Amino acid sequence: MGRYVIRRLLQMVPVFIGTTFLIFVMVYALGDPVAAMFGDKAPDPATAAQIRHAMYLDHPLPAQYVHYMKQIFTGDFGTSASGQPVTELMGTAFPVTIRLTLVAFVIEAVAGVGLGLVAGLRRGRLADSGVLAFTLIVVAVPTFVTGYLLQYFFGVKWHIADPAVAEGAPIGDLIMPGLVLAGVSLAYVARLTRTSVAENSRADYLRTAVAKGLPRRRVVTVHLLRNSLIPVVTFLGTDVGALMGGAVVTERIFNIHGVGYQLYQGILRQNPPTVVGFVTILVIIFLAANLLVDLLYAVLDPRIRYA
Amino acid sequence: MRGARSAKWVVGAAVVALAATACGSGSTDKAGGSDDGIVRAWWGDPQNPLEPANTNEVQGGKVLDMIFMDLKEYDPKTGKANLEAAQSIDTTDQQNFTVKLKPGLKFSDGTPVTAKSFVDAWNYGALLTNKQLNAYFFEDIEGYDKVHPDSGAPTAKTMSGLKVVDSTTFTVKLTQKFSTWPDRLGYKAFAPLPTSFFTDHSGYLDKPVGDGPYKIVSYAKGSSMKLVPNPYYTGPSKPKNKGVLLKVYTDSNTAYADLQAGNLDVLDDIPAEQLTHAKSDLDGRYLNQPAGIVQTVSFPLNQKAWNAPGMDKVRLGLSMAIDRKTITEKIFQGTRTPAGDLTSPVLGAAGGYSATIAGDAVTYDPAKARELIKAGGGIPGGHMTIGYNADSGSHKQWVDAVCNSINNVLGDNKACVGAPTGTFADFRNQITKGEMTNPFRSGWQMDYPLIDDFLTPLYATGGSSNDSHYSNPRFDALIKQANAEPDTAKATRLYQQAEKLLFTDMPVIPLWYQNGEAGWSSRVSNVTENAFSYPVYTDITVNS
Repeated sequence: MGRYVIRRLLQMVPVFIGTTFLIFVMVYALGDPVAAMFGDKAPDPATAAQIRHAMYLDHPLPAQYVHYMKQIFTGDFGTSASGQPVTELMGTAFPVTIRLTLVAFVIEAVAGVGLGLVAGLRRGRLADSGVLAFTLIVVAVPTFVTGYLLQYFFGVKWHIADPAVAEGAPIGDLIMPGLVLAGVSLAYVARLTRTSVAENSRADYLRTAVAKGLPRRRVVTVHLLRNSLIPVVTFLGTDVGALMGGAVVTERIFNIHGVGYQLYQGILRQNPPTVVGFVTILVIIFLAANLLVDLLYAVLDPRIRYA
Repeated sequence: MRGARSAKWVVGAAVVALAATACGSGSTDKAGGSDDGIVRAWWGDPQNPLEPANTNEVQGGKVLDMIFMDLKEYDPKTGKANLEAAQSIDTTDQQNFTVKLKPGLKFSDGTPVTAKSFVDAWNYGALLTNKQLNAYFFEDIEGYDKVHPDSGAPTAKTMSGLKVVDSTTFTVKLTQKFSTWPDRLGYKAFAPLPTSFFTDHSGYLDKPVGDGPYKIVSYAKGSSMKLVPNPYYTGPSKPKNKGVLLKVYTDSNTAYADLQAGNLDVLDDIPAEQLTHAKSDLDGRYLNQPAGIVQTVSFPLNQKAWNAPGMDKVRLGLSMAIDRKTITEKIFQGTRTPAGDLTSPVLGAAGGYSATIAGDAVTYDPAKARELIKAGGGIPGGHMTIGYNADSGSHKQWVDAVCNSINNVLGDNKACVGAPTGTFADFRNQITKGEMTNPFRSGWQMDYPLIDDFLTPLYATGGSSNDSHYSNPRFDALIKQANAEPDTAKATRLYQQAEKLLFTDMPVIPLWYQNGEAGWSSRVSNVTENAFSYPVYTDITVNS
């Protein structure tokens, strides 16, 4: 397994270089970051030239990329538009977003698998149709609509929760945003689990388990669920990256100062170091989550070997 | 068992990730409860580091306004420049000024405000290598060209026009006569800086120090800033509250929800979506008044097609083809005021604002507009676009409406269409490079409430923000004459004469003045806005 992990890690290198370069080029295609600093006013050419020089913008794009990558490997991610080191922004933003993602992930996994299991075990009955209807609605309504609706009713109308998350994003405040963020994926997890459970409940090994006289609880959790979770785990794993990326919308709605917010600011202010830096870290997380998923298969099904 | 072994790996990784994130969850500052007398106000993340000569946008400007007292300050109601840190600013020739400071002024860290605090700050702001965005504010001072040359490295570190006489007096020599120059000194680029700014620059940026009504007690970059009254402040705008907590919001819709839920007291950025019902939601706790911002459509006069003989008639005709009143009401819900000139109502009549100076040029008159456009030879090529940036400010709606208005007048629904550019930076980039071939949206937010600021940078030949590349020797001569005129009233009249030329030459179409808005909670009272459309924080009181 060690060799497998090393090979996977080596595969990440070209993916990493490719994605960062693409993002780097795209951010620069948006326009001149220096012109944006001066607002509606025309930049003073001498000052603009000084800033360009300080930001290494007076070199051709490939040279800028090489310069940037060199900096990254010394741990220097550049500075944001407001003069803060990007690493400092990451230090405040990533814990917040990871916390939000974890809350969403737990909601998604527990509620999604739970609903799917119930629906799968009671095929064609009321519970099954109920879950079907619920997931259809959740998938059909865009995240920002659910977000603003929950915010308005729970936060403004009924005063059950605060409409905006407090500074520092305590876990308690993150439950509502987490629910919104988890929404769509939760529906997918439920549908996926249902199908898988429905299929496996007709399998031979399950009939054997029942025939052996095992208690129903054990049959369902160990025999049925464990085998049914393989496709679900794949989805959940890749979804971690998607959740962190999708947080852009949720974070904006609920005033969470995390990765999504910093990325949005970076794009708005045309600050390449912020955008490229944050996306680079997101790429690494995405790659790591994928590796984790592949390793998890062995936990669920010992027959799966790594070569 | 392979499965179990890899499970250990997975659990280990998950534990590390959890531990790394959980430790950050502790501090939740619930500052600004119900009875501490602190005003909780909306804030946007400042775009640049908080240095006076480097802040050119509203959110940073707000803070500078709270923590600095300049030589002069603008009255929040009338916009008039009154002496504050300065005892007197004297001149006999409109070119050499002697500035005397009030005695005993102190920064919020207890160090004295001296003549040197101003001179050092201005020299810092002007020096090219400090890369200050507002450096051009000092360009009238003698020696600016040495510290801030158009190309190459600076040949001096300080401006020869600035001299410290004693601890409370300094002199300024300008490159030419400029009678209204002292009135510019209320702009925050001219703020004094304490010695700590120069000795510990990064420390200063973490917690800026000024000589104004408030002092910063804590600043969490990107999320909040807490200000309390500055004990050393002796000026006239003593805070009437126990402090202000500025909270950065990711989205003003969220801030609006927080305002309604009672977690926020002052919101001066009411989202467009909420405008229709803000008045009833907030039960009258809503304010909407013109600000020092005028919006226009500029013509690219560097392009032959738009600058040919007779085109001035077409440009005037296009201006008259726009139904400003309907657009401001239907699209902006009354948060814009149709423009009658190229300045702003915040100047007041004495300051040079006039609702009638443009005359017919801004009156909606379809018949005359059609006639003028025809007489001038029609729109170049029979088709025009209005450029705008699509990333912010919902410009699409009004640009489409303006085009619609023009098309209706011309009876041709293809005569004018909007031309979006993806980002603001790209849009500005094309304008500064002079690449625009068709009219484009433009706007001007004043630096100081003076008529000069609405004309010189925008329309003087080679002006710093002359986006339309307008040039008229008569205009330049009138501006020069006005600058040299010692009598302010006479100077204003000369500026207005220059402004009048713009309504026959029409380098831009005046559209409307942008209004400042604010909504507030029932917990606070006395919310007003100044000419820059910042809330006047010092006047806000917390209801007990």
